[in-house]
Amino acid sequence: MSVRHALLALLCEGPKYGLQLRQEFEARTGEVWPLNAGQVYTTLQRLERDGLVGADGDGPDGPQKMYRITSEGDAELADWLRTPPGADAPPRDELVIKVLVAMRLPGVDVRALLQAHRNHTIVQMRQYTRLKEDADDVALLLVADAQLFRLQSIVHWLDSADARLSHHTPAASTPTAERAQARVDRAEVRR
Amino acid sequence: MMAVMGPSGSGKSTLLAIAGSLEDATGGEVLVEGVALGGLGSDARARLRRRHIGYVFQDFDPLAGLTAVENITMPLELDGVRGKSARRTGLAALAELGLADRAERFPDELSGGERQRVAIARAPVGERRLLLADEPTGALDTHTGEGVMRLIRSACRKGAAAVLVTHEAQLAAWADRVVFVRDGGIVDATAPLPGPESLLAPGTEPGR
Repeated sequence: MSVRHALLALLCEGPKYGLQLRQEFEARTGEVWPLNAGQVYTTLQRLERDGLVGADGDGPDGPQKMYRITSEGDAELADWLRTPPGADAPPRDELVIKVLVAMRLPGVDVRALLQAHRNHTIVQMRQYTRLKEDADDVALLLVADAQLFRLQSIVHWLDSADARLSHHTPAASTPTAERAQARVDRAEVRR
Repeated sequence: MMAVMGPSGSGKSTLLAIAGSLEDATGGEVLVEGVALGGLGSDARARLRRRHIGYVFQDFDPLAGLTAVENITMPLELDGVRGKSARRTGLAALAELGLADRAERFPDELSGGERQRVAIARAPVGERRLLLADEPTGALDTHTGEGVMRLIRSACRKGAAAVLVTHEAQLAAWADRVVFVRDGGIVDATAPLPGPESLLAPGTEPGR
């Protein structure tokens, strides 16, 4: 979550005090991402330095200072909204590596391992679903939905891995394991 | 509320049909509301099904000769609920699934998705103590599917028990317990649920 762009978005609505920005940021992200006062004020300082916001008066930075967005800030925000999110490796890559490693290790029940991860993922999904059940804050509902779709795709992968492994013939295990190791090595190099 | 998950052919739907007294078990004993289904005659079974068990199956169509709201109130009135009160219950159930303005329509005046929602809204009303749902949100969009789950949850909060069969983790996540079946046996069940506040602790990133 870019605090920088969230603050620009809040300033699009009109000039605001530092304290007000901090409170509105917290309210609108469903308090899922709490941030401390210092983060807000240092970010505002940098925005001012970069010419993306302007501040009224020469007083000290902080809750009492009034900020407004500049035309450069408007342009920066419009660019950011349309830029694809960062292409970081998704969290399930780590899970894939764990399963590939487990397939090579003697004495590991891979399907039991898949089940353990499935349990873990569904427990997390239940927590987000509970959150949704009691919520009427749209921001919080959107955040919970995003997490649920992400976690659901992990369960889908676990299900399909389970199905593949149950049709897997032991005779083919040696070349498969070698290929898997090659993939693990490549994956490790990437990290 | 319990969710039963597992691959196709693992016995999930069979479990539900037996619990709902729609099929007989070949062995063992099935208790619903403390009553052994095996010992009931066909009349008693029919009464149990109508009064105490709500079915949310994809292929249950509403009755063609009744309006949407009558489809929901009919079983209530059969059991002696007064017309006005039954109607109130029926309209609330329809509203929950976004069908408030379809109450007076007959099934052939509804779209396929709307008919499915009427059939779903019918299940958890009245004194039904056991809800059996088999992939209840099948062809519905995510938002409407969530309405179905909220309806089932609210019935559970009023004291009903629900068994949900699904292969979709997002549906199972509405349940208090999640059980996995494989080849007819239970292989594992999820751990007890921690409170949602654990997701909100500062500095934690869920999923890691």
